Amino acid sequence: MSRSLPVLTVTAVLIALWYLAVIPMNATWEYDQARRAGTELPFTEMVARTMAQERPVLPAPHQVVIGLYQQTVGCDAVGRRMCRETTPLTVQGFGQRVVAAFTSNRSLVYHAGVTLSATMLGFLIGTGGGILLAIGIVYNRAMDASVMPWAIASQTIPIIALAPMIIVVLNSVGISGLVPKAIIAAYLSFFPVVVGMVKGLRSPDAMQMDQMKTWSATGAQVFARLRLPMSMPYLFASLKVGIAAALVGTIVGELPVQEGGLGVRLLSGSYYGQTIQIWAALFAAAILAAGLVGIVGLIERRVLARMGMKR
Amino acid sequence: MNGLMQGQGAWIRLGFGAAVLAACWLPRAAGGAEPGVLTLVALTVALALSVLVPGVALAGRAVLLLAMGGALGVAGVGLAFGQTGAEAQGFWAAAIALWLGAWLLVALVADLPRRGGVWGLIAPLVFGATILWAWETVVRALDVPRVILPAPSEIAARLATSSETLWIDMLQTFGRGALAGYAIGCGSAFLFALVVDRYPFLKRGLLPVGNFLAALPIIGTAPIFVMWFGFDWPSKAAVVVAMVFFPMLVNTVQGLTATEAMQRDLMHTYSASWGQTLIRLRLPAAMPFIFNGLKICATLALIGAIVAEFFGSPTYGMGFRISTEVGRLSLDMVWAEIAVAAALGSAFYGVWALLERQVTFWHPSQRGR
Repeated sequence: MSRSLPVLTVTAVLIALWYLAVIPMNATWEYDQARRAGTELPFTEMVARTMAQERPVLPAPHQVVIGLYQQTVGCDAVGRRMCRETTPLTVQGFGQRVVAAFTSNRSLVYHAGVTLSATMLGFLIGTGGGILLAIGIVYNRAMDASVMPWAIASQTIPIIALAPMIIVVLNSVGISGLVPKAIIAAYLSFFPVVVGMVKGLRSPDAMQMDQMKTWSATGAQVFARLRLPMSMPYLFASLKVGIAAALVGTIVGELPVQEGGLGVRLLSGSYYGQTIQIWAALFAAAILAAGLVGIVGLIERRVLARMGMKR
Repeated sequence: MNGLMQGQGAWIRLGFGAAVLAACWLPRAAGGAEPGVLTLVALTVALALSVLVPGVALAGRAVLLLAMGGALGVAGVGLAFGQTGAEAQGFWAAAIALWLGAWLLVALVADLPRRGGVWGLIAPLVFGATILWAWETVVRALDVPRVILPAPSEIAARLATSSETLWIDMLQTFGRGALAGYAIGCGSAFLFALVVDRYPFLKRGLLPVGNFLAALPIIGTAPIFVMWFGFDWPSKAAVVVAMVFFPMLVNTVQGLTATEAMQRDLMHTYSASWGQTLIRLRLPAAMPFIFNGLKICATLALIGAIVAEFFGSPTYGMGFRISTEVGRLSLDMVWAEIAVAAALGSAFYGVWALLERQVTFWHPSQRGR
């Protein structure tokens, strides 16, 4: 309770500020319209109109929420026929619409699915590869000396700039669709996992390593019973960074080739000046990111609790 | 000869030896004399040196390793640039021998008891050079189409010939967009953190929200800012501000709470004002956190400025150049931009890391190990 009240207050203040910002951002257009029509625009009328423009400079929060609904399971998204069949909306009809939304390419649910599948595939590849490389680095001094500095340096450079090239080059050799985006997601999640996992596998101190030695543990036992369990908190911390980075990578990877996904919705929205579409896609991406990071956090809490490492 | 099967990398040395023998004996292409005699001699010298190294005293070992690196370098240049286009088994055996030799060199350098300083840099540099060499050799030997992967030498040539374009792009993206956004974003986040710190209620409310927002794909706001501020650099700066604000805020607020109650009580007994406590105690204590935030944001700033240009920009800038040159399939220019971006990113990060070492010299993480 002591935490939710301040958080809710701050959120409410942010939304209120957003509403206040809507008025001056959209007012110019309303005054222009009124001057052209030769009519006088009273202040209250003007405020009401700024909240309901079709292509506002800054849409009001409720417009974004309605847009999000319309573009996921609303009539715009699921098609006219499905819309007519399920109006008035019942629970069953809503279910039908959700099912339809997964396959309709005008629905954000479909586009979020495209983005999510590439993100997850890339995240799995990147995480798996990252953990393997981290094990190699911890057990091989040559790899530690030669590869590790590059893994650390790669954190400071904008490797996401490679994304358009990877998409276009792979496309030109006939690989398109899911795989190129997943490759970008994979290399963006790869390096954080390597760096975090190396730190984690090295976290047992000399005393603990000596203890394993007094039990005459083999190398494999030291790894399975001591290094791997001790690395879990580090692994999960980097998984959270990695999955957020993988999502960003996928969205940027969707920009050059228009094959569906949240990145395409962002870009086409900006081409056609459909601000509500941009904001809805942005919020869909935010919900997706929050959901993914939240799921990793949930698994983290369960795993660490089972292992007796509750923080 | 007792060095043959002992010490670090015995099996690699064995493989290295076998590959050198294979390079000498396997059939070569009918047309050319490749791998050339010089290459084979250099490889053999490197092999002999690597056998000698473990048995030699420390001072001599460094000299032998340098000589081995030089021999491998000669062989590498010979292999990468002295090709005729009809590579046979002998060539690939020499290439594998060189790869194993470089690996062995890294292993031997890593095995030296003295590490750190210049010695710590040798292994990653050898590794990087080997990767570049393998890239160059494979692209040339297999004749990989340049629209898929240009060779490093072509990228380097492009860096030299198009330096003016690259400079203009860098000024636009980094000098205007990223730097302005970074300064405004980090500066305002720092000032706002001072305000937040004074009100515990705000702190409890804003920190979770800030942490949440920092994990979101804020880069998606780029099309919105491009619409508001136009195609030129102000929109890129705005994206950078949005990206760096919350990471910086969260880090600074955390840093300001890093002092202990005892230390604050001591300041209280001196009847120090809020400002004095801030400047004398809490800001210095917060510096490790603030620099952590500044370093994270340094990376984010360049990413934000480049990706924002994918959504619309004037006809120059690094993101613009990357997306248009990709469309024209002139990939050497794209790689040149990426090389500039990488150098710029690590230099910007490095500046803050150096400053951090100067300012927070007292922190355990900065003291010598």
